[in-house]
Amino acid sequence: MSVVTVVYALLFYLATAVLVAGLAYRVQRYARTPQPLKIPTTPAPTTRTGVVLRMSREVVFFESLFKGNKWTWLFGWIFHFALLLVLLRHLRYFTEPIWDWVTLLQPWGIYAAYAMLVGLVGLWARRFLVDRVRYISAPSDHLMLLLLIAIAGSGLLMKYVWHTDIIALKAFFLGLMYFDWRPLSPDPLLLIHLTLVVVLMIVFPFSKLLHAPGLFFSPTRYQVDNPRERRHVAPWAEKFGRTASSNLSE
Amino acid sequence: MAKEPTFETPKLKEYPVIPLIQEGAMQHIKPFVAKAEFQERLGFPGELVEGWKDVALNRMGELLSQYRSVQVFLDACVKCGACTDKCHYYLGTADPKNMPVARQDLLRNVYRRYFTLAGKYFPKLVGAVDLTEEVLEDWYRYYHQCSECRRCSVYCPYGIDTAEITMAGREILDSVGIGQKYSNEIIGKVYKIGNNLGLPEPALADTLEGLEEEVKADTGVDVRFPLDQEGAEILLVTPSADFFAEPHVDGLIGYAKVFHQAGISWTLSSYASEAANFALFIGNYENMEKVARRIRDAALKLGVKRIVTGECGHAWRVAYSFWNTLIGPFDFLDANYPQPQHICEFTHSLMKQGVLKFNKAANDHRIVTFHDSCNIARASRMGDKPGGQFVIPREIIKACCNHFYDMAPETIHEHTFCCGGGGGLLTDDLIELRVKGALPRMEALKHVVDEHGVTHLVAICAICKSQFAKVMPYYGFDRDMVISVHQLVGDALDMATTH
Repeated sequence: MSVVTVVYALLFYLATAVLVAGLAYRVQRYARTPQPLKIPTTPAPTTRTGVVLRMSREVVFFESLFKGNKWTWLFGWIFHFALLLVLLRHLRYFTEPIWDWVTLLQPWGIYAAYAMLVGLVGLWARRFLVDRVRYISAPSDHLMLLLLIAIAGSGLLMKYVWHTDIIALKAFFLGLMYFDWRPLSPDPLLLIHLTLVVVLMIVFPFSKLLHAPGLFFSPTRYQVDNPRERRHVAPWAEKFGRTASSNLSE
Repeated sequence: MAKEPTFETPKLKEYPVIPLIQEGAMQHIKPFVAKAEFQERLGFPGELVEGWKDVALNRMGELLSQYRSVQVFLDACVKCGACTDKCHYYLGTADPKNMPVARQDLLRNVYRRYFTLAGKYFPKLVGAVDLTEEVLEDWYRYYHQCSECRRCSVYCPYGIDTAEITMAGREILDSVGIGQKYSNEIIGKVYKIGNNLGLPEPALADTLEGLEEEVKADTGVDVRFPLDQEGAEILLVTPSADFFAEPHVDGLIGYAKVFHQAGISWTLSSYASEAANFALFIGNYENMEKVARRIRDAALKLGVKRIVTGECGHAWRVAYSFWNTLIGPFDFLDANYPQPQHICEFTHSLMKQGVLKFNKAANDHRIVTFHDSCNIARASRMGDKPGGQFVIPREIIKACCNHFYDMAPETIHEHTFCCGGGGGLLTDDLIELRVKGALPRMEALKHVVDEHGVTHLVAICAICKSQFAKVMPYYGFDRDMVISVHQLVGDALDMATTH
């Protein structure tokens, strides 16, 4: 077993642990924190079903962003759905036999890698070209885009320029999953690609990538518009009003 | 010292233009600070406390654990920029710190520094900053250049509502002893006297008597303006500006005429003579509950069956969205009516039942447009369907006047622009901000004035009415263009056929 194999095996275990534990910690924090008042951005659905539809439109179509800015929406939507396709396509390296629907996605996943780059470059261009977006961009906002572009770019280069032994790679990942380690080919491009993915996984729970779970805990979107029908008292707010009613002759 | 501030009123353009950023353009604007006496009345320290930094960070930590909105909104922003051109204060001033995301960042950057791993170890990388006196001053400045209108929240892909962040910012400032004079003194007046204007019971009784005489002289009908009448069917809670400010008072006359025609007994309360609840603006739950509770107490004491709220934007937000939670349940009221009810819902349902007859020609000298108030549009509802807050006032207006034209679609309904004076900013020490913040609304108005000859801007909120009456002359409009929905109703109502 080469040093490279051991190091990367350990890195992937670490990254997975950080990603899962970090996200679980944030999500439980969001879930545990009460929202003391009803603050849906109205007009809002008046039923639970309506809220499910509203959230679905946000997740699938980025409805609010579409209202907000068409360019950002276009690039953002292209990037996210290309990323989804690419991730699904990568399932082939973690499943044996490969699921049928993953096989069907295969050709689309390749185009998606280009689409992903187009989306990312468009989003990054806005950070330079639009003065308002330039003003609000921190170094981390640029680096995050650079990281994603590098991941997509190194992936594409492996596909078309400097191939790696994909059979061996699959054996490596299946080995990781079943705790039966197999050697990792030390191709420089592959190692770069994998390192960047590890970085992304570790950074996720500590960065703005929390927007993914955050959306589901955003009161302006998930709350039902029914405050006249239902009271909505947070545990910490119960003490207020207990001393009621105030003295009329004060 | 009290020099008249000099500034240039923005030019109205043919088409709205997003300005290029001008750093520090509004750095010189900040409202007067509240005196110790008023701070203490609200339960806050009178002046900047010793060790304010720890107190502020403690309060921030508390808010993070008490408000899911604050916690999630501070984490979720990706700096996509969709909100950057949505704030009327940014559009009117070009100060980048008036972009919603940049306003949030004032708090977020400190949150990151003290509450996140990335900010603790790599502050430069993520833009985290230490909490310094300069930061505290920026908070005071720029959290008082936000009217909490929630327009940005409509366009944010994660629904981040800058109003929640502004409220958290003001709450932290109050907790270290720096409060805004205007809002905090007004809340103090409500506790002491019962309304924002500090209008005591005898003065109120006198005013209402005067109104009865005025309406009698105008219409020949004995329309009553009852005060503290026990056993009345309805308690009307309305912004105190309705009692004497122009054009508000004509709206109050309109409500009274509607009650008269409906033949339903009603009353005002001298104890709860205020619908406004400025504690919302400072984001303080405890004070908001205390201000609201006066209304529950008054309703119980007077033994009314229903509570109806007058034309006021943030008051309706508090009433519609928060009253049931803060001071409910309203099980002592008539279960056949939604609690609380907006005066427009009340008028609208009477209209649908055919109880009210309108002579539309009475408003033929007016060509009107309607300004959706932010808190009604984006933070509440009327009727039983989403969007009723847009439909109901318009149906009322169209039922009592022949010439109605909406402003451009991207400036009405949930896209409506704030008047520029909401959220506790309706004070003369912020006049420059108010004038500049009104720019987007004025541009949309100019368009319908040029295109359709609109003569009147109908508003449904006491703050909007006062703000417009004050700033419209800066843009070459007459202050008398502003009227209440219920002034149109009152003028068109056929008073000959009594119930």
